[in-house]
Amino acid sequence: MAKQINVALIGNPNTGKTSVFNALTGLNQKVGNYPGITVEKKEGVCKLPRGVKAHIIDLPGTYSLNASSLDENVVIELLLNKNDKDFPDVAVVVSDVENLKRNLLLFTQIKDLEIPTILAINMSDRMKYKGIQLDIPLLEKELQTKIALISTRKNKGIDELKELIINYKELSVKPCVNASEIDPNYFDNLRKAFPNQLLYKLWLVITQDVNFGKTDRNEVDAINSFKTKSKADLKRLQQKETIKRYQFINSTLKKGHTIDLKSAKDLRIQLDRILTHKVWGYLIFFIILLTIFQAIYVWSSVPMDLIDTAFAFLSEWTKNSLPQGAFTNLIAEGIIPGLGGIVIFIPQIAFLFLFISVLEESGYMSRVVFLMDRIMRRFGLSGKSVVPLISGTACAIPAIMATRNIESWKERLITILVTPFTTCSARLPVYLIIISLVIPEGKFIGLDYQALTLMLLYLIGFGTAIFSAWLLNKILKIKSKTFFVVEMPNYKLPLFKNVVLTVIEKTKSFVFGAGKIILAISIVLWFLASYGPGDDFNNAESIVTTAYASENLSSEELQQKIASHKLEHSFIGIAGHAIEPAIRPLGYDWKIGIAIVSSFAAREVFVGTLATIYSVGNDEEETIKNRMAGEVNPILGGPLFNFASGISLLLFYAFAMQCMSTLAIVKRETNSWKWPTLQLVIMSGFAYIVALIAFQVLK
Amino acid sequence: MQVTLADIKRGQQAIITDVSSIHIPLKLLEMGCLPGNLVELVQVAPFADPMYLNINGTHLAIRKETAIHILIDITNG
Ligand SMILES: Nc1nc2c(ncn2[C@@H]2O[C@H](COP(=O)(O)OP(=O)(O)OP(=O)(O)O)[C@@H](O)[C@H]2O)c(=O)[nH]1
Ligand SMILES: [Mg+2]
Repeated sequence: MAKQINVALIGNPNTGKTSVFNALTGLNQKVGNYPGITVEKKEGVCKLPRGVKAHIIDLPGTYSLNASSLDENVVIELLLNKNDKDFPDVAVVVSDVENLKRNLLLFTQIKDLEIPTILAINMSDRMKYKGIQLDIPLLEKELQTKIALISTRKNKGIDELKELIINYKELSVKPCVNASEIDPNYFDNLRKAFPNQLLYKLWLVITQDVNFGKTDRNEVDAINSFKTKSKADLKRLQQKETIKRYQFINSTLKKGHTIDLKSAKDLRIQLDRILTHKVWGYLIFFIILLTIFQAIYVWSSVPMDLIDTAFAFLSEWTKNSLPQGAFTNLIAEGIIPGLGGIVIFIPQIAFLFLFISVLEESGYMSRVVFLMDRIMRRFGLSGKSVVPLISGTACAIPAIMATRNIESWKERLITILVTPFTTCSARLPVYLIIISLVIPEGKFIGLDYQALTLMLLYLIGFGTAIFSAWLLNKILKIKSKTFFVVEMPNYKLPLFKNVVLTVIEKTKSFVFGAGKIILAISIVLWFLASYGPGDDFNNAESIVTTAYASENLSSEELQQKIASHKLEHSFIGIAGHAIEPAIRPLGYDWKIGIAIVSSFAAREVFVGTLATIYSVGNDEEETIKNRMAGEVNPILGGPLFNFASGISLLLFYAFAMQCMSTLAIVKRETNSWKWPTLQLVIMSGFAYIVALIAFQVLK
Repeated sequence: MQVTLADIKRGQQAIITDVSSIHIPLKLLEMGCLPGNLVELVQVAPFADPMYLNINGTHLAIRKETAIHILIDITNG
């Protein structure tokens, strides 16, 4: 078998690299109309004609080979390291036809690295609309490359691109611009010192901010002696280099690129006049958020009830139709209710992802960044922190990854630390079920109480995130350069296919990710709840029968008493009672305690755990909700889930750090155990105190 | 006094004259903020910060603290 061709997709942010990647590989990586959607390397395989295979690498967008944030650094690290297994045989520079000039800057830099380079000009479907015309043969000659004019939306030009990739060996590797002309003396000395190295590569190594990386640059270690030039001098040279490149690009485009401004149309100006307006802009943003919560609540209640009933039925049916025994019980009482506790939330989660994905695909996200920057800065965050905070409502993990395009380390660190306060989709199940139990139904100027409570919880999450950012900003003594440049992309009609695919992918990974944990936990829980040590458990029947001998109980009531006596003395009951003193002041019983402990791995496990515990030994067909509503507080009497304990639980989940995966990601992104440990201790400690106060005040 | 990008008003157009200050991030130059290029204010957030600009066809937002280092000549308005 022939060797695979390594192909790297490189280009400015938001030019459609990931769309090209998906078109080539048939995968479904996330696409969005916001610069900085892709923040790490993604790989896939593309079958080219004539049995050739290509290994495609999708990279984060970058404006040049001078990295100023972590995501951009990924690209530079790859291109500077010839020994990297992913080092490209051919680079495909994906550019946006509307911003060709700016896109070509990066193109000329990559050419200078003497890597075979193809220029893919994407979004060709917009050319007519914008009145753009290109003289492709002329551009190919001037830029010494091959050009593929493509449109991933209209699926045009992809085959031509594949053809160019196969024939990559025919590409010229001559540079377009001679960078060393910016300071001939300096570059001459450099050449003499390292005769075997590519001059432009040396220059890049010298000028990189080494803040980010840990790459193995041994081969050019001696280069330190050339850093003698002061930072300011180097920067001046970089400016000169940029100007020189633009001169070349301008003269090239003058010949090969024409725009007929008369036929160019633009909705941007009209839309932005309103959407980024000092008053209307904020109002519209608020209305959009409000609509999302109302919609999540109202639209998904019907499918939710259906799913709940279906699972209760399924559990009952399994019990009746499979042969009796421990295994049937495990399925009917452990696994099915546990999984039901997650499947039931698919409608909400899907709606949430739908809205976020539409916001991202339309180009609106950059406007929010613009609107919020000033406000966020007061709290030590950047306008760009808004994106992680919003996408954190889906899941903190991609949100924390998304902070990679924040330039300032301090702003980025603070964003990482506070993002877990935003209400992620895993909290949604807990909130929904408890709200439906303790908040009365009813309407207040057209919005229902329950939806309002949910919105309030989201606001509490955001509020806490922002307040802790402000605190951290005061406490943390980190010096880092701050600057802020954000591109404002054109508005685009969200592509139906992209939105649907994102929703399906995300929902799937939510269900399967959580499903795996829940499956494991519910099996363990079921065993712990179905077996126990000692007399109390094994002789439960005779003990209970004797105890209630004088009272005239029906056999059904007696069975209930036996089942609950057994549960109390099972392994899990014993463990639960052991932790009960710690949680009783918060208004919880031992079963909730177990659910909280098991949801330390992941919050969404909470409902599933309760569902499993409640159904062990229980023969009636019941929905999770009804079972929870029927629980009685063992000490105070009355329903266990009442207003006081409900609010206490809601607040506990709003603040507690209960997600192993988030902790792991924070560890990775901050490169230290210090931050995730602090997060865990402070957030969960704070959650406990707030929940305690809430219950004691309200009870 | 020198005119900087922070002084530009809505509806005005200007030519960038100097970007050599050390406080201007390289990234901005790479996005096309170079001497000789045309710049226009599209929208400002409250307190005129950040500023939403159109520089030679590239739309971007920068903070005022950066804008005060970019020198310009206002050509109309
Ligand atoms: N009109 C049009 N839009 C496109 C085309 N290709 C991609 N887009 C849109 O451009 C936007 C950016 O696409 P992505 O594939 O996420 O771009 P990217 O270069 O990977 O972006 P980053 O990862 O953020 O650097 C999305 O909204 C796409 O739907 C095209 O051929 N025509
Ligand atoms: Mg991408």
